[in-house]
Amino acid sequence: MSIPAEILIKMYRAMLRIRRFEEQIWEVYTSGLMHGLAHLYIGEEAVAVGVCAALRDDDFITSTHRGHGHCVAKGGDLEAMMAEVMGRVTGHCRGKGGSMHIADMSVGILGANGIVGGGFGIATGAGLSAKKRGTDQVAVCFFGDGASNQGIFFEVMNFAAIWKLPVIYVCENNHYGEYTPTASVTAGERIADRALPFGIPGTTVDGSDAIAVYGATAEAVARARRGDGATLIECDTYRYRGHHVGDPGEGYRPKEEIEAWMAKDPIERLRKKIVADDLASEAELDAEMREVEREMENALKAAKAAPYPDVAEVKKHVYA
Amino acid sequence: MSMREMTYGEAVKEAIAEEMRRDPTVFLMGEDVGKAGTVFKVLAGLHDEFGDDRVIDTPIAEAGLVGLGVGAALTGSRPIVDIMFGDFITLAMDQIVNQAAKLRYMSGGQARVPLTIRSTMGAGRSSAAQHSQSLHAWLAHIPGLKVAIPATPADAKGLFKSAVRDDNPVVIYEDKMMYALKGMVPSKENYTIPFGQADIKREGDDVTLIATSSMVHVALDAAHTLAEQGISAEVVDPRTLVPLDSETLIDSVVKTTRAVIIDEGHKSFGITGEIASVVYRGAFDYIDAPIVRLGAMDVPVPFSKPLEDATIPTATDVVNAVREMGIEKA
Repeated sequence: MSIPAEILIKMYRAMLRIRRFEEQIWEVYTSGLMHGLAHLYIGEEAVAVGVCAALRDDDFITSTHRGHGHCVAKGGDLEAMMAEVMGRVTGHCRGKGGSMHIADMSVGILGANGIVGGGFGIATGAGLSAKKRGTDQVAVCFFGDGASNQGIFFEVMNFAAIWKLPVIYVCENNHYGEYTPTASVTAGERIADRALPFGIPGTTVDGSDAIAVYGATAEAVARARRGDGATLIECDTYRYRGHHVGDPGEGYRPKEEIEAWMAKDPIERLRKKIVADDLASEAELDAEMREVEREMENALKAAKAAPYPDVAEVKKHVYA
Repeated sequence: MSMREMTYGEAVKEAIAEEMRRDPTVFLMGEDVGKAGTVFKVLAGLHDEFGDDRVIDTPIAEAGLVGLGVGAALTGSRPIVDIMFGDFITLAMDQIVNQAAKLRYMSGGQARVPLTIRSTMGAGRSSAAQHSQSLHAWLAHIPGLKVAIPATPADAKGLFKSAVRDDNPVVIYEDKMMYALKGMVPSKENYTIPFGQADIKREGDDVTLIATSSMVHVALDAAHTLAEQGISAEVVDPRTLVPLDSETLIDSVVKTTRAVIIDEGHKSFGITGEIASVVYRGAFDYIDAPIVRLGAMDVPVPFSKPLEDATIPTATDVVNAVREMGIEKA
């Protein structure tokens, strides 16, 4: 599949933004600037970026507890995201949601979700709503390998199939549900195969390859927009860090396994491709990195300077 | 005001039909809501008018069904989701409690979830323990949800229309024993009842009977019997549990100085406890007798008719409770 250079460079830049954001979160957490926990997306960037590059601004996504990458890729604001993770009033959710609940309705981010599989119903309902309102919007549901064992996964695929809903289920199979290897608690060869009994196409792609993810998503989006219904895309991927910032991620995962995945890093991989195809020079890509670095520094500075919400806000936003 | 007589079930159907005619973003989905018009036949004819696109039969998959409702409500639609029996709401609790009720707050006020969930409650049909429960207290416990529990055809119509227009998730409970109950309903198209407004169903001076849903009729029967015995009972129906019109409840007890609270949910940890606490606090200096709480017996609803009947508060229970309050008539 031939993808325009500007999309490849956009994806490269988006992956850098996610990685730098997550590295910054690690520093913010270890320096005691944030409360609670966060689940880092480092290593999985190609999935969020490849998917969201194939979407329009008015398309919808639902995200997961490991959601920062999806939100950055769909157009979340780094400063508002950092402020949210730090519980500040300038956050996307005025500090009421935190890391696991970042939402920005203005760019179709219907919310990260702290319940494993929490996005299945919402994304499928967003697809139903698009169909009822007569638009050609699509809804993407990001979920993990762990969520693929929740019963509602099968309920919503049935709904999506009988009504041909414009929904794309994107499974990020990072091979561990918290500390448990996926294979030890999950039947069948591939999670993608779970779509087949519903007559929904299910495909597996290399989740470290942004181009492959983009290609599979673009095809699914086209299918959804022309009214042919849902697709399930399983992305093979890996988180470099632990389940959350308090978990070193070692012990339950072999060192060689971690190193093997890091050796095919999605950002380096796309960078090499861009340079090899002569779409941008090393110097131009270095400039992208410096630009992202600057943006991140500004976001962190602004978030640190932002106030916490006034306690008077605690009872606001319960009801419309 | 021009009025028409109709049944409780007809009032619900008319409310849904009027809101669907008024607002093209409203649609209804649930098990057997289409041609079948629900298992209770309450919505018969709705599908003829609005067709498959807006009166939608769904798989038996309550979690997915409510989840789709939440997602549709978030993105510009105004769905009504039908959960046939209130007992089945338990299958959709994550969607209601963790998703619908939380999204607005967690998003700092960005999200809007104009979702109406209609379901049924009430024992009395020999349907045993999984088709007879009244679980409205579960939902009233969750900030972010509104809960309506109409007792008459007029209230059913007015509250249902308000529920559909509300920008929050609303759960509205219909007692399935009341579908054939007749009453006068205002004719005007825009007849709605605001949430948080209790209704005094009968005025009285000696005791306040605070009752919900079908228990309102139990309380009215009791008030009739008490009147024959020279005791004047006021019957107050909160109509919505969330928001709760504490003021009207308290004012009534300040006037009468005594209260019996009757609800078909289980007594333990039920809404009668919450209402009693509200009334005690608000009317403390005026109360002349301990408040009595009557609820469904704390057992699973049994199948056998004599057993089932023994679990639900009756007018006789209410009369006896009042007579033990030592009301002295001049």
